[in-house]
Amino acid sequence: MTQVSMTVNGKAASGDVENRTLLSAFLRETLGMTGTHVGCDTSQCGACVVHVNGEAVKSCTMLALEAEGAEVSTIEGQAAADGSLNAIQQAFQDHHGLQCGFCTPGMVMSASALLKENPKPTEAEIRAYLEGNLCRCTGYHNIVKAIMAASGQDVSAIAAE
Amino acid sequence: MYEFEFERPSSIADAVAALKGDEAQALGGGQTLLPTMKQRLASPATLVSLGGIAEMKGVCVEDDGALAIGGGTTHAAVAEAAADKYPALADLAGHIGDPAVRNRGTIGGSLANNDPSACYPSAALASGATIVTNAREIAADDYFQGMFTTALEEGEIITNVKFPVPEAANYQKFLQPASRFALVGVFVAKYADGVRVAVTGASEEGVFRWTEAEAALSANFSGDALDGLSVPADGMISDLHGTSEYRAHLVGVMTKRAVAACG
Amino acid sequence: MPKDSGIGASPKRREDLRFLTGTGNYTDDINVNGQAYVHFLRSDVAHGRINGLDTAAAAAMPGVIRIFTGADFEGVGGLPCGWQVTDRHGQPMQEPAHPVLAQGKVRHVGDPIAAVVAETAEQARDAAEAIDVDLEELPAVIDMKAAIEEGATKVHDDLTSNLCYDWGFVEENREAVDKAFADAAHVTTLELVNNRLVANPMEPRVAVGDYNRATDDSTLYTTSQNPHVIRLLMGAFVLGIPEHKLRVVAPDVGGGFGSKIFHYAEEAFCTFAAKAINRAVKWTSSRSEAFISDAHGRDHVTKIELALDADHNFTALRTDTLANMGAYLSTFAPSVPTWLHGTLMAGNYKTPLIYVNVKAVFTNTVAVDAYRGAGRPEATFQLERVIDKAARELNVDPIELRRKNFITEFPYATPVAVEYDTGDYNATMDKLIEVADLAGFDARKAESEKNGKLRGLGVNCYIEACGIAPSNLVGQLGARAGLYESATVRVNATGGLVVMTGSHSHGQGHETSFPQVIAEMIGIDESMVEIVHGDTANAPMGMGTYGSRSLAVGGSAMVRATEKIINKAKKIAAHLLEASDADIELKDGQFSVAGTDKSVAWGDVTLAAYVPHNYPLEDIEPGLEETAFYDPANFTYPAGAYACEVEVDPDTGKVTIERFAAADDFGNIVNPMIVDGQVHGGLGQGIGQALLEGAVYDENGQLLSASFMDYAMPRADDVPFYTVDHSCQTPCTHNPLGVKGCGEAGAIGSPPAVVNAVVDALRSAGKDITHIDMPLSPSRVWAAMNQ
Repeated sequence: MTQVSMTVNGKAASGDVENRTLLSAFLRETLGMTGTHVGCDTSQCGACVVHVNGEAVKSCTMLALEAEGAEVSTIEGQAAADGSLNAIQQAFQDHHGLQCGFCTPGMVMSASALLKENPKPTEAEIRAYLEGNLCRCTGYHNIVKAIMAASGQDVSAIAAE
Repeated sequence: MYEFEFERPSSIADAVAALKGDEAQALGGGQTLLPTMKQRLASPATLVSLGGIAEMKGVCVEDDGALAIGGGTTHAAVAEAAADKYPALADLAGHIGDPAVRNRGTIGGSLANNDPSACYPSAALASGATIVTNAREIAADDYFQGMFTTALEEGEIITNVKFPVPEAANYQKFLQPASRFALVGVFVAKYADGVRVAVTGASEEGVFRWTEAEAALSANFSGDALDGLSVPADGMISDLHGTSEYRAHLVGVMTKRAVAACG
Repeated sequence: MPKDSGIGASPKRREDLRFLTGTGNYTDDINVNGQAYVHFLRSDVAHGRINGLDTAAAAAMPGVIRIFTGADFEGVGGLPCGWQVTDRHGQPMQEPAHPVLAQGKVRHVGDPIAAVVAETAEQARDAAEAIDVDLEELPAVIDMKAAIEEGATKVHDDLTSNLCYDWGFVEENREAVDKAFADAAHVTTLELVNNRLVANPMEPRVAVGDYNRATDDSTLYTTSQNPHVIRLLMGAFVLGIPEHKLRVVAPDVGGGFGSKIFHYAEEAFCTFAAKAINRAVKWTSSRSEAFISDAHGRDHVTKIELALDADHNFTALRTDTLANMGAYLSTFAPSVPTWLHGTLMAGNYKTPLIYVNVKAVFTNTVAVDAYRGAGRPEATFQLERVIDKAARELNVDPIELRRKNFITEFPYATPVAVEYDTGDYNATMDKLIEVADLAGFDARKAESEKNGKLRGLGVNCYIEACGIAPSNLVGQLGARAGLYESATVRVNATGGLVVMTGSHSHGQGHETSFPQVIAEMIGIDESMVEIVHGDTANAPMGMGTYGSRSLAVGGSAMVRATEKIINKAKKIAAHLLEASDADIELKDGQFSVAGTDKSVAWGDVTLAAYVPHNYPLEDIEPGLEETAFYDPANFTYPAGAYACEVEVDPDTGKVTIERFAAADDFGNIVNPMIVDGQVHGGLGQGIGQALLEGAVYDENGQLLSASFMDYAMPRADDVPFYTVDHSCQTPCTHNPLGVKGCGEAGAIGSPPAVVNAVVDALRSAGKDITHIDMPLSPSRVWAAMNQ
C-alpha cells in the first residue's frame, strides 16, 4: 500500500491505496464520496468525470497515485456551503436535465468545464463537448437546454417545457 | 487490473532507467493503457509514469520552423498551443476522444501505441514528422510498422515529435459510431516539395501513405485530381462497423474533402 | 396559464437535489460492515460441457473466503420464468432449467460457472483466473432459422428441440386470414429484422446480500425495478425463504428500461452466499460483464404481409416471426413476442382479420426479455413499415392511406383480443402535421439538396398497451403473477402524508408527481406528501415499474387509498362539526358543512384521528392510514403520430436526424415536464435503435459488440432537439386519473419514423430501395445505395 494525498473540494484528503487503485475508487471507497459514479470500463460513459487541477478528467481512467498533490473537485463540492445549488446544478433542476441521476455528476462536471472555456456555447458546441458523457434517460434534450440556460442563454424558444 | 510496481520519475533519464526493469511499461496519459489493464489484457510488472516529467511537455517552434511537441503534451494542450502554428494539427488534437480524454492523453502515448484507428499517426506520417526518443530520431516513414507496432525499442520513450509545418493541411475523420475512433481518417499536407496523404483507421497494416493520391495532388492540388483514383479494398479492415469496400470508398471521400478544406 | 401545483403543474423535481449534489443512494454506494466481494467466473464459449472444475489452487489464493460452483446449488431452485405461453396446439412452452451457477453445461458466453468470494473484488478476480475449468467446447447454435431445423444442435439436451413454442394468434382466424389474402386486390410483403439491443442503463447492476444469523433474516440490496417481485421469485422459487424473513431493497436505481425487472442469478447468489459464509457479499457488475449477463431486448426476424382491397382498405394482416429467447427463459421473456406483441398488431387500424405466428427459439446467446416497449416496438415497426411500403407500391400518400384505415369509433374491439377504450388518431395526426411543420418539408428538402444532401420524411403512427393488467386476464394468458398495484397512505397527526407505493421510481420522478395527485385531491401543499418506495420492509406488496404502468396502476391504487382516507376524515370532520358526514365537503384542505360557514381544517381532523379526545370511537377507529390494491379493468392505450426528417450524405451513407416531432395522446397529464422528459428519453432510445445500436454475435456465439467501443450508444450530437406535443387528450375511461402511460411511447413510435424517412430520402434520389435493416449505420446505408 502507498499513501496518497490530495485536496478534494478544498479539503486535504489522504489514504493508503494499492498502486492499481483508480482515482474513482479512491474517491468512492477510500473517502466514501460516492457521488462520482462508474458506468463503464472503457472510458466512454463519463459518469466518473471530476476535475483535476481544474481540468475535466475521467476518474476511472486515472490512477489515484497520479493525482498526488492535485486539487480535485467532485460533484459533492459544487453546491454552496448552505446547500444552494450552483448555476449549472440549478439549471439542470429547472429544466429537468436529469432523470435517474446516475450520469448527472459527470454531466454537471463536464458542463462546468465547458462553460469555463466557452461561456456561451452554441447548441452544437454543447452536443460536441458532451461526446464523452452518455445519458440513457433524457435523450439529451433537457441536458443541452439546461447547459444553454446555465450559460445565460434564453431557452424559451426550445420546444417543450 | 493486476497489481504493479509504480514509479513516477521527474526526468527523462530517470524514466529510462526505470524502464530497464523487467516488464516495465511507460504510462503516458493512460487513456488506452489503463482501460486495457482494467480488462486484464496487459500486465506490466512496473508502470513508469511519464506524467511528472516537465521537460517532455509543451509546444515550441524550432529554428527550422518545425513545430516541436513534447511527448508528454496532452491533446488539449496541443489543440490550444498549435492553433496558430499548425491549425490542422491542432484541430486533429482537439477532436481526439472527448474533452476529458484530451486532458489526459498524450501525443507520445498515442504514437507509441500506434492504434490502427488513432488520429495522431496520420498527422505524423502525412507531415513527415520526426519522432524523437531518448535515444535517437526516427523519421515517421520508418516509425510506423503495422498496427500496434513501431520502431521503438523496449524502454524507449518518445520525448518529442517534430512536425514540419505545411503550406496547407487538413484532417478529415469519419467516426466509428460506437468508439468514435476513426473508421477512416485522412490527413492531407501540402508542402513546397509535394503533397503527403496519410490514412488511418482503414488498413489492416495500420496507418499508411496513399502514394497515388500524393502523386496526383502534387501535380494538381484539387479534388478533381483524385477522380478515378481509389485504394484497393483488399487489405482494408472489415468489421461490424464497415466492410473493407466501404472503408476503401471512404478513403477516397475523406481525401477529397480534406483537399477541399485546404482551400 | 399553467398551474403551479397539483395535477397539470410542473413543479421542480424534489429528487434532483440529491442527484445533483452527489448524495443519492445507489446500490453500489451501499457497503455493509464486513462485506466480502464476489467475482463470477463466466464462460468464454457459447456452448460447452464442463468436464472438470478444479478450484484448489484458486482457493489458496490471498483473500479467498470460499469458492462456489454448481454443486453448491444442487438442492437450490433454478431461476423461475414468470409467464407460461401455450402454443397453437394447446401445449405448454418448453421450459428449461435455469441454474444459478452452471450445472455441467454452459450455454452462452457469460454463463456463470463459479463464484469466488474474497476479501476484495480484485482478489476475487485474481482467484477466479486460477480456477481450472476443463471445458469441452460444443457447436454453438446462434442463427434462429438454423436452430429450429431438423437435427440442429440442442441448447438444452432435455428438451425435444430448440423451439420454445409455436404460437398462433388468433388461431381460429388463420383460415379466414388466408382466404382474405387470396381475395386481396393488393398484397404488400416485407421481411425485416428487429435488431437485438442491450438496455444499458447507465448504472450497471449491483447486488449486496446480507444475513443475520441471530434472527435468520436475509436482506438483498439490488438494482431492481420491482423489489417485491424479486422477493417473491427469489424467496419462493429459488432459495426457499419466506417473505417475512427476506427483505429486498432497491434504493436509488440508475435507470432500468426493462433490464432491471428480471430476477438474476447474481441476486440469488449474493443472498445465498451471505448466509453460507455469514457475511455480506457484494457484486458490482462492470459494463463488460453487463453486456454478457443483462437480458438483451428485441431480436425478432419477421415476415409481414398486408392485404388491401381495391379501395385500399386493409383487409387482412399476416405475420411470421422468429423471436430469440437466448439460452434461458428470463423472467418475462415468453410474454414479450406473444401477448405484448401479437395483441398490438391491429395498430391504429381497423384491419378486420389478423393472424400472428411467433416461433420462440433457444440459441446460445444471452437471454432476451423486455426492453423499453417490449413487444410493442416490434409490432409497431413491422406494421408501420409495411404500410409505408404499401403506400409506395400503390402510389398513394402514406398519411392518407393511414387515415383511410384509422379506427375512429371507440370502444373498439380489435381482432387480436384487446379493446381500445379511447383514442382520436386523426387528431394526433392533425397535430403532428402542425407541430412538425410538414408543410415546410419541401422547402427544407430543396435546401438540403442545395447542400448536396438527400432529405427524407418519415411519418408513422403507433399504439401501445400500458398499465399491464388486469390480473384475471393475464392469468388466463399465462402470467404467473398478478398485475395489480398497491399503496398505503399514512396520514400523520399533524397532517402530513406518507405514501408507500409498490411502484418503483428509477428516473420517472414519482417522488414529485405522485404528491401532485394527492395534493390536488385534498387541497394541501405538495410538500406535505412524501413518497416511500423501493423497500419491501416499508412498502406494501408491489408489482413494480415497467410497461408504463406506474401512474395508471400504482397512481390509481394511491388514489383509491386516498379516497378511503378522505372518506374516514370526513366522518371525523362530521363529528367535530356536529354534522352528518354526507354533508361534509373537502376543498382546499378545509372540511366544511355544505351550505354553512362551519368548517374544520385538514390538520385539525388528522390531529383528532391521533388524539381522539373528541372522537366517534364507537363508530370508527382512531388513526388515519389506508391501503388499497388496484387491479385495472383493462390496459390503457396511448397512441400518437411521429414525424422524422433525415438528411443522408450520399457520399458516406451517414444519416443525421434533422427534425423529430411527436404528437402523443397520453390521456390526462399530471406533470407535463416529466411527461416531456419521458418522451425525449424514449425518442433517444428509439433513434438509437434505428441508427446506432445493435448487439451482434458471430457464428461461434462471441458477442462482437461487447462494450461501448463497439455497441454504439446515442450521444448528444446524434440527436436533435425534439418537438413534443401531448395536447391531444382522450382520457382513459377506466382508471380514476384518466391517465394512459408515457414511458415507452418514444421508443415504440420512433424507429419506423426514422427508417421510413431514410427510405424516402434514398428513393427521392432514384434508388430503388424498399427497406434497410436497423441499425441504419453509414456502412449499411452506403451498401444499400450501391448494391
